[in-house]
Amino acid sequence: MKKQKQLIEEATIMFASDSGGGSQIIGTQMTEASAIAGNDVATLPDYPAEIRAPAGSLAGISGFQLRFSSLTIHTPGDICDVLVAMNPAALKVNIDKLKPNGVLIVDIDNFAQRNLRLAGYNSNPLEDDSLTRFQVIPVELTRLTREALKDTDLTQREIDRCKNFYALGMVCWMYNRPMDYAFQWLKEKFATKPQYIEANTLALKAGNIYCEATEQFATSYEIKPAKFAPGKYRNIEGNMATALGLVAASQKAGLQLVYGSYPITPASTILHELARYRNFGVKTMQMEDEIAAVGVAIGAAFSGALGVTGSSGPGIALKAEAINLAMIAELPLVVCNIQRAGPSTGMPTKTEQADLLQMFYGRNGESPLPIIATSRPSDCFETVYEACRIAIKYMTPVIFMSDLYVAFGAEPWLIPKVSDLPAIDVDFPTDTDGFEPYLREEVTLARPWAIPGTPGLEHRIGGLEKADISGNVSYDPDNHEQMVHLRAEKVARIVEDIPPTEIFGESRAELLVLSWGGTYGAVRTAVEHKQAEGESVSHVHLRYLNPLPKDLGEVMKGFKRVLIPELNLGQLRQLIRAEYLIDAIGLNKIQGQPFHIFEVESKINELLRGDV
Amino acid sequence: MKNRTSSSIPLAVQTLTKQDFTADQDVRWCPGCGDYSILAQTQRILPDLGIPKEDFVFISGIGCSSRFPYYMNTYGFHTIHGRAPTIASGVKAANPDLSVWVITGDGDALSIGGNHFIHLMRRNFDINMLLFNNRIYGLTKGQYSPTSEQGKKTYSTPMGSIDNPFNPISLALASGATFVARSLDRDPAHLRGVIKAAFEHKGTSFVEIYQNCNVYNDGAFFTYTEKETKADNTVFLEHDEPLVFGKDADKGICLNGFKPEVVSLTDGAHTPDALITHDQFAEDRTLAYFLSRMTEAPGLPHPIGIFRSVENPCYEGMMTEQINAAKEQMGEGDLEALLNAGDTWGVE
Repeated sequence: MKKQKQLIEEATIMFASDSGGGSQIIGTQMTEASAIAGNDVATLPDYPAEIRAPAGSLAGISGFQLRFSSLTIHTPGDICDVLVAMNPAALKVNIDKLKPNGVLIVDIDNFAQRNLRLAGYNSNPLEDDSLTRFQVIPVELTRLTREALKDTDLTQREIDRCKNFYALGMVCWMYNRPMDYAFQWLKEKFATKPQYIEANTLALKAGNIYCEATEQFATSYEIKPAKFAPGKYRNIEGNMATALGLVAASQKAGLQLVYGSYPITPASTILHELARYRNFGVKTMQMEDEIAAVGVAIGAAFSGALGVTGSSGPGIALKAEAINLAMIAELPLVVCNIQRAGPSTGMPTKTEQADLLQMFYGRNGESPLPIIATSRPSDCFETVYEACRIAIKYMTPVIFMSDLYVAFGAEPWLIPKVSDLPAIDVDFPTDTDGFEPYLREEVTLARPWAIPGTPGLEHRIGGLEKADISGNVSYDPDNHEQMVHLRAEKVARIVEDIPPTEIFGESRAELLVLSWGGTYGAVRTAVEHKQAEGESVSHVHLRYLNPLPKDLGEVMKGFKRVLIPELNLGQLRQLIRAEYLIDAIGLNKIQGQPFHIFEVESKINELLRGDV
Repeated sequence: MKNRTSSSIPLAVQTLTKQDFTADQDVRWCPGCGDYSILAQTQRILPDLGIPKEDFVFISGIGCSSRFPYYMNTYGFHTIHGRAPTIASGVKAANPDLSVWVITGDGDALSIGGNHFIHLMRRNFDINMLLFNNRIYGLTKGQYSPTSEQGKKTYSTPMGSIDNPFNPISLALASGATFVARSLDRDPAHLRGVIKAAFEHKGTSFVEIYQNCNVYNDGAFFTYTEKETKADNTVFLEHDEPLVFGKDADKGICLNGFKPEVVSLTDGAHTPDALITHDQFAEDRTLAYFLSRMTEAPGLPHPIGIFRSVENPCYEGMMTEQINAAKEQMGEGDLEALLNAGDTWGVE
């Protein structure tokens, strides 16, 4: 049979199976293969909190969405071209994400009565009319995998676990992806279990050959490499980039990195990543709780290390008192909040950006802290590096905000040269002459970082109010007011380090879309689309949230209206309104899911038509 | 981290006196408080420990005892309630060369900081913890504490406290502490000896100090500290010595099954050979735990002294070993190589 090969711009595919069924693995494989092939990629893993929910149940479905493109993209896509559903529950959970006429590949061997019932289907959707708007490709995935692996020594159970690689082989055929990367990965992953290398390799090839041989697959697609700025790239997940940024900052500063943490989704992978870097002198400490985790980071900072703690909203709530201690003690500390859907335990495996006001105000007393937020996986490195730089330069805790969507997402990252990274100067004073623990640097208002072990600089710090300059305990009313102002002024002066605001689009237009955090991709894409249609709309994405850039007020004056899309009820909007008395408009979504591009576009349309 | 040649140490240290460790701040404990004695004994013993003043770090939480670092002319950090062990752990992890001390009280260490307490004990950082146990909350003005005896009438428990108290020594031992001791604010010589032994022990050293709060719980330990009653109500633990006590050293502790009991050494029925002999270096902590339980048993004297002193690897040392091993296996970290690791591709 003559197969067609068709050139397309981009594709979005989704793998869905029981949690533990290997969707995350083959999704990652396909991502790497596409990135190496030169495409721009963006991913969205979506998995349940349950480690292994009952097989076949709706609660246990794990999905991996991947978009790869010959153009520059900012999101994993609103809607999928292909859905690979390994059972009825995977189909039911994800079918709404498949576009009309999209390709639906299902393992029909898993569509027995019991699985249909578990997924809540009254009748088999493959046999009724409910899927007629899609190109359904039923495949006997289970039987075919068993057939392909019948000569191996594996048990049937082990053979069935190779189904995901059979499916990957099929998708590789569909998009003309070389499978070398996956072969290599299998060799490394199962170095001690060669029988699994062989089996999965067989499954991968068999899936690929199946598509070549069967008439079910008539067309394969080709996606040309995307245009990237020159340089060296690698594909990177947000949390991994965050971990690398922390190591880089510690190395550039010449400080040891002490990372205190307590396992929590979605921050744990930063701990896992950093724990692998003992050869960089990185001291990761998994502590007994969130408070101890920030405690060791503060102690390390007092000793002259780069102290960092990472968690998510509920953990940050527990750390609040200790963060406040570091604030008044004026020690450098980096606090990473990888946000997830709250309140309380909320939805631990879903994304949200509703901790902004917690980071601003979640401490007793007047407790100003610098806050910066990353926007996408490839931005985590630079942003957390900046957090470390500010913490050391200004002797203050800094909040670094990320979110689950960014933390688990992956995209190509232009690897920076170490020599190009900004310098981080550390000055541990040794001169006893005129030393005072709270005597400040004139410009930054930073106090000296005098560390234990330095002769003659013995001093005491703590959570009680400090007398200006001497740092002795003081209950003096005027001193207290002065210290509150000094601490606020110190954070306010960080504004001098913030570059001028970049406006994407015209600086004078009808509408400004102002965003922060992980909504960058959807917002930027929506604005790109609208600008291409000739609409009068621009985009500003904020990295620095406290202090805000000093030109932001002026920038916003260039627009008739300001739209702030957020995955919360309007937290940045509240801050912007209070600070600038601008009647910003919100677009708010609180579903544990990122924005779709079309959602932002419709809001822009609505505002530009003026029918608010 | 700075390096110091060993020859320079004695010169620097020889000149130190108690005065060198006294900060210029006015001490603000109530007149007559037991804390004064503990502060004085610590300031007296520190010059003898052979390390420079700048290498001492005193870290405290919240409570009367936690004001202690302000009065020490060393590095100090008065932190937040219950969390001193965590901050001390960070200080020690980052710089193992420092001599790190945690100053805490019964409420700070065992109530709000109970979790950190047990985990500090099991991790075995080379950190010394002095717990001032006065069986009451002083700074918040007189509520019962986790070491107050059941039925304690306080402002917060006018009809008497309901909950059972902790035995700090038992808790520390059960948590795996490698050095566990008890001393008395009103026995300066003994206290100095125990503080010195705690310092010399490599690993987490836990010292419970019976401390009199003369405002809210006056005389809580007088039975064990005052001349008239002390000898008959305490037994001083000495390694390899039988448990003998009493004004005339006329009583001892022997085992009756699993029950310790007091026997007379003058009635001819028992000789010192029949008594429990203390072994503070026993790897197994059963004996030490057993002795700690005597604190609660009616009719038995309170054991004072070192219950257990066993050398085990320290957390910070094992961390350093892992770092060295990783450097040996993978080579010293190379940032450029790290950033460029994995599958990369170039774009012209």
